[in-house]
Amino acid sequence: MVSLLIDGKKVEAEPSQTILQAAQKLGIHIPTLCHDPRLAPSGACRMCVVEVEGARPLVASCATPVSEGMKVSTRSESVTRARKLNLELIWSDHPNDCLTCDKTGECQLQNFMYEYEVKTSRFVEQNPPPRPDDSNPGIYRDMNKCILCGKCVRICDEVQDQHIWAFSNRGMQTSIATAFEKPLKDAGCVFCGHCVSVCPVGALMDKPAAKKGRPWETKKVRTVCCYCGVGCSLLLHVKGGEILKVTADVYSPPNYGSLCVKGRYGYEFYKSPDRLTSPLIRDRIDQPFREASWDEAINLVARKFMEIKREYGSDAFGCLSSSRGTNEENFLAQKFARAVMGTNNMDNCARVCHAPSVTGLRASLGSGAATNSLADIEGAEVLIVSGSNTTEAHPVAALKIKKAVRQNGARLIVIDPREIELVQYATVWLRLKPGTNVALINGLLHVILKEGLENEEFIRQRTENIDMLQQVVAQYTPERTEEITGVPQKDIVRAARIYAGTKKGMIVYGLGMTEHKAGSHGVMSLANLALITGNVGRPNTGINPLRGQNNVQGSCDMGALPDVYTCYQKVDDPVANKKFSEAWGCPLPEKPGLKEPQMYREALAGKLKAMYIIGYDPASTQANINHVRSAMKKLDFLVVQELFMTETAKLAHVILPAGCFFEKDGTFTNAERRVRRLNQAIPLPKGTKHDWEIICLIASAMGYSMQYRHPSEIMDEIAKLTPEFAGIDFKRLEGDGLVWPVWDKNHPGTPILHQDTFTRGKGRLNDLLYTPSEELPDSDYPLYLTTGRRLYHYNNGSMSLRNPEIYSISSEEFMEIHPDEAERLGIETGDTVRVRSRRGSLEVKANVTAKSRPGCVFLSFHFPETPTNVLTGPGEDLLALTPEYKVCAVKVEKI
Amino acid sequence: MMHKPVTASEKSKPLADLTKCRDILAKYTSATSADLIPILQQIQDAYGYLPQNVLEEITARVRIPLSKIYGVITFYSQFSLEPRGKHTIKVCVGTACHIKGAPDIKKKITEVLHIQEGETTKDYKFTYEPVACLGTCFLAPVMMVNERYYGKLTTEKTEQILKSY
Ligand code: SF4
Ligand code: SF4
Ligand code: SF4
Ligand code: FES
Ligand code: FES
Repeated sequence: MVSLLIDGKKVEAEPSQTILQAAQKLGIHIPTLCHDPRLAPSGACRMCVVEVEGARPLVASCATPVSEGMKVSTRSESVTRARKLNLELIWSDHPNDCLTCDKTGECQLQNFMYEYEVKTSRFVEQNPPPRPDDSNPGIYRDMNKCILCGKCVRICDEVQDQHIWAFSNRGMQTSIATAFEKPLKDAGCVFCGHCVSVCPVGALMDKPAAKKGRPWETKKVRTVCCYCGVGCSLLLHVKGGEILKVTADVYSPPNYGSLCVKGRYGYEFYKSPDRLTSPLIRDRIDQPFREASWDEAINLVARKFMEIKREYGSDAFGCLSSSRGTNEENFLAQKFARAVMGTNNMDNCARVCHAPSVTGLRASLGSGAATNSLADIEGAEVLIVSGSNTTEAHPVAALKIKKAVRQNGARLIVIDPREIELVQYATVWLRLKPGTNVALINGLLHVILKEGLENEEFIRQRTENIDMLQQVVAQYTPERTEEITGVPQKDIVRAARIYAGTKKGMIVYGLGMTEHKAGSHGVMSLANLALITGNVGRPNTGINPLRGQNNVQGSCDMGALPDVYTCYQKVDDPVANKKFSEAWGCPLPEKPGLKEPQMYREALAGKLKAMYIIGYDPASTQANINHVRSAMKKLDFLVVQELFMTETAKLAHVILPAGCFFEKDGTFTNAERRVRRLNQAIPLPKGTKHDWEIICLIASAMGYSMQYRHPSEIMDEIAKLTPEFAGIDFKRLEGDGLVWPVWDKNHPGTPILHQDTFTRGKGRLNDLLYTPSEELPDSDYPLYLTTGRRLYHYNNGSMSLRNPEIYSISSEEFMEIHPDEAERLGIETGDTVRVRSRRGSLEVKANVTAKSRPGCVFLSFHFPETPTNVLTGPGEDLLALTPEYKVCAVKVEKI
Repeated sequence: MMHKPVTASEKSKPLADLTKCRDILAKYTSATSADLIPILQQIQDAYGYLPQNVLEEITARVRIPLSKIYGVITFYSQFSLEPRGKHTIKVCVGTACHIKGAPDIKKKITEVLHIQEGETTKDYKFTYEPVACLGTCFLAPVMMVNERYYGKLTTEKTEQILKSY
């Protein structure tokens, strides 16, 4: 610590801090144009100059470190003169457009001109005219307004690591340009909008907000992004019931001001004319729908559900809720299934993504949740990223990985068959054959144990079953592992040594681990890695699933699963069962219910008669959708609660139109277990209701009173029934939320799990043999098909495809195929091909790229015109029944 | 990141042959940003300009983003992104030369080569550009072809010089 005087006030600061930071500590305002707390100082604008006693020229406070005994004046006459002169120079080359500029009110240049009373510039007679360019999606540009502060260039370099902008030309001609002045779309831009968010003037702005209102007219509403499991904190700018733009708070976790294209520009779907705005009903699914009043629809649903329960019994009913619904809605859905319908046939769409994480991590550690926080990624020394195309599926988490590698020197091990963007950052890339995860990780374990790199003390004190594990992995020599996985031995050895050689090793994984026949096994294998090296229970370690949808964690925590109530209290545990029965005033079934895929089997067998599906579209996102659709068609009664007419809704008897996440209050829980509030920003569209209200209406019409005035009351009930949530209420969640477990009202939350002991006591080392995928390529279907996400879209696309800005960037699917295969099949990029599996076929355009592993093709499942899931298929996780989306066999031909 | 792959038919500009570029890059086994300018100079000498697809090859090799390479190229006037003629004609437009008849010389060049300032002849023989005072005002009006100075020009002399190339 050094101490210095700023404007006569004494302040202490770290020697590494700048004068600007020290002044901020004192609450002294220094104007800046090129400073941002996330960026290295550049000293470009010299707006922040201050006078330091003894130093001749004025210094840039943002780039000058403090020193002992420094005497700083931030407001001396020469400082003010310099700032005024600076503003005059900037103004001489700036359009005089404040009257019609959208930035007016939050423009830093304008604010400082006001503050320093600079009315015009003596260096210019005529200001240049504006030069608007709205040719890019999302981002509006006016390079005549650019003041060359360089923040857009630096944030794209330093935070997004995309390097799209650079200073071009020189002298008066200097400007900010993309390579060859290409449009952003062709320059490699990922439309994260970071550059827009830091521009201090109106040179880069959000295009959709143009001409819709000034900053002081908008209400700012804090909420949580509804797409991926990162759960970014958003600030919505709302005027007259319309969302004009989305920004993020630089000081709020987990994203600290960063967003991806979906969070920033994926918000316009709510005003799509396709929104459902009236309940729709019909007797049989071959009839057209007719509009009905809410009363009529609710009474119909209640009557039918009661009939089915009476006639066929409680277990003829199944309920599916959504990992994109709130915690409160998921809680009510499972309460409805259990208390009102009397069945545990309850599941949610985590079944098709991270159910194996819950199964696998519970078997290994006792808790199915991520062990550490997302912020921990930045400080890890070694990162294993396995089966996660993070830059596209969890873009803001990927920024942390990039930062760990580029700025903090972490070593990255990527396990993925595809040459994903993160491979550029990797020290070792293990390009395994799809579906061979367990073998590969056993190979890593083999090397670690054979070379004595394990953490013996940790294994002895905190784990069990090391002997069996040792026996099993002894078979997985590097030679054999290479044979199975296709990964060169030397890379296996190298990766094992790197990971075992650190005390700060963190594992991050995605659906490439879970969506396999041996998905749960894969997760347990990763846990084995963490356990034998002792990389768990401390900061910057652990094993962390990147949750697919924003509330996968929450929907599982809320007990929207067939075998557990909230926070994994078992339905067949007499104590838990009694507690919930008493709270809900009715007996509850003890037998665990059907998992989602079992529901379809039972429906086809004629045993399951009715389903209630809330905000989930399995008819396009489940595997082998032809099978799923036939099952749904056999139901006597299907109720779907939705925003849009999805494929599943098209098979319903009753559709109930619901509000979207901008339109409701509630909470989401992100991948790091952070429970956070979403706040209603705009009114519900006429004719729609909140999901939680609809569930209550149906229950009440069935004679079970469910009454809550607000979602906060539902949370109070959750807190009462759930020890891990005992300390949570809406009031406490204001701001950045809380990370569960929160044991009581004074408990601060638990960012790191398993610190002294595992939830299950000892960590279990599960000895696992490699199980091959269900369907492997053969002579009829010679290629592997793997499916996954793209940056611009989300799952069935019902929301993301309805954002015009995003749609204009990405509007159709391209199947990735390796150049070797493409050549053999005579396929060129842009050609239409037919892809066939044993279950179905589709047509799609091809993209010939070495990103695909030889022998593999890749498809996303976002576009209704390309129903990828007619192909996917027969495999499912041995334990969790999650479909094996990552492996099936197909054949491709040019048409 | 791919939004939409580029198909062969959409690639409008003819692509320059990469062999020469690869030969030049072969000399730099572990290139860093410090090598960028020398590499660009050699590429420009080899191709006469800096073709876009060649720069895309360089960006992968030297690990410098394309935007930054573009920034460097546009900063230094020695680099050109357009194909250039075999010979560069620089006509002085400084004050002394202007007074001594540079405007007529310029008119003559346009007449003979059918190009304006800043342009390149269709056969890629000449690129013609104006320059500020060449520092040889005693020879005004002056022009340079490649590295060679020609002074005390007349329109006839100019035509002869151009034809001699
Ligand atoms: S939107 Fe993101 S990737 Fe694109 S230029 Fe701006 S900061 Fe870079
Ligand atoms: S566009 Fe904006 S952020 Fe970028 S240099 Fe210009 S003023 Fe700064
Ligand atoms: S990273 Fe995920 S949570 Fe964050 S803005 Fe993008 S989609 Fe939303
Ligand atoms: S803010 Fe310090 S130089 Fe720009
Ligand atoms: S003005 Fe032409 S050489 Fe000086």
